[in-house]
Amino acid sequence: MNNEPYRLAVIIPAYNEAGRITSTISDVRKYTGSDIIVISDGSTDGTAEEARALGAKVLELPFNLGYGAALQTGFKYALERGYRYAVQMDADGQHDPSAIQALIEPVLKGDADMTLGSRFLGGGDYKAPFARRVGMALFSVIVRVITGRKVTDPTSGFQAMNKRVMKFYASDAYPVDYPDADVIIMLHRRGFTFREIPVTMKRLHGKVSMHSGLRPFYYTFKMFLSIFVTLLRSKGEGKA
Amino acid sequence: MTLHQKIFALVLGIGMLVVILEMVRRRRLGEEYSFLWLLIGVGIVLLVLWQGLLEWLTRLIGAVVPTTTIFIFGIVILVLINLHFSVKITKLSRQVKDLTQQIALLRADKNMD
Repeated sequence: MNNEPYRLAVIIPAYNEAGRITSTISDVRKYTGSDIIVISDGSTDGTAEEARALGAKVLELPFNLGYGAALQTGFKYALERGYRYAVQMDADGQHDPSAIQALIEPVLKGDADMTLGSRFLGGGDYKAPFARRVGMALFSVIVRVITGRKVTDPTSGFQAMNKRVMKFYASDAYPVDYPDADVIIMLHRRGFTFREIPVTMKRLHGKVSMHSGLRPFYYTFKMFLSIFVTLLRSKGEGKA
Repeated sequence: MTLHQKIFALVLGIGMLVVILEMVRRRRLGEEYSFLWLLIGVGIVLLVLWQGLLEWLTRLIGAVVPTTTIFIFGIVILVLINLHFSVKITKLSRQVKDLTQQIALLRADKNMD
């Protein structure tokens, strides 16, 4: 059980990450004694077994629901189990767990409701593919215009948050297909505070990205639509 | 409309109504989903029998021949039916997602306690 006074859960959605999940969990353990919740998103390999063997709490979805829905399962579980804080990170080793403490610190202190790990705030030499970089820059500008805050890496899936943000993430208002820059705008509209923390990320080779094939087009469209309708909705809608 | 066209449209409209009502009677089609389909059948029959309404509608939308009016309204209702389905699918997807998540949570509760 969790021996830290502040009940932190590290939430890791994983789809067919056998092999990688073991090293990810071991790496996380080096930096925090928190409970690790792995959501196996309909994995057909040994992802769940590996995570369980390392003492992680494993949630198994009977079939693949996609990244956002898997992540949301983790938030629902964490809330049910009374965790007060959560860190979400990828299973593939892209996110460096040495940043977990730096990420959660402002949230524990109450300086922010949520923190985002940014690849671009110094630290690390992450180079995204060109198309991805253009998209990130674009959404970064949109987020800045709407929230009035500079966000260098709005697509970051490396985040820490308190219970109030978890509750929003567990609600129907959370966009489960590709939660991304639109989530930051939704948080802002609901009056949550957020801040970016520099982290390092690795560019992974030999792995099919969530953003491949025709998906970037759908992704871009979805993000514009989602942001647009978010702005059309009343401010503070669904506020926790 | 020629008598030929009228007879064809009437047979089509009444045929649709009969088939849909029969499906509802056998509970193969829910009342909720039958509504828009019935509207098509009723609409066709109504427009054929009430020539004045058809001509008035034709002038209203600026069509040249009354058959166009029937086609346009048919298409509009088909679009509405599809939209209705998309809304339903969205709702069903969300419910399936929620149920799937609940299964994972329940299984975890069972295994970890």
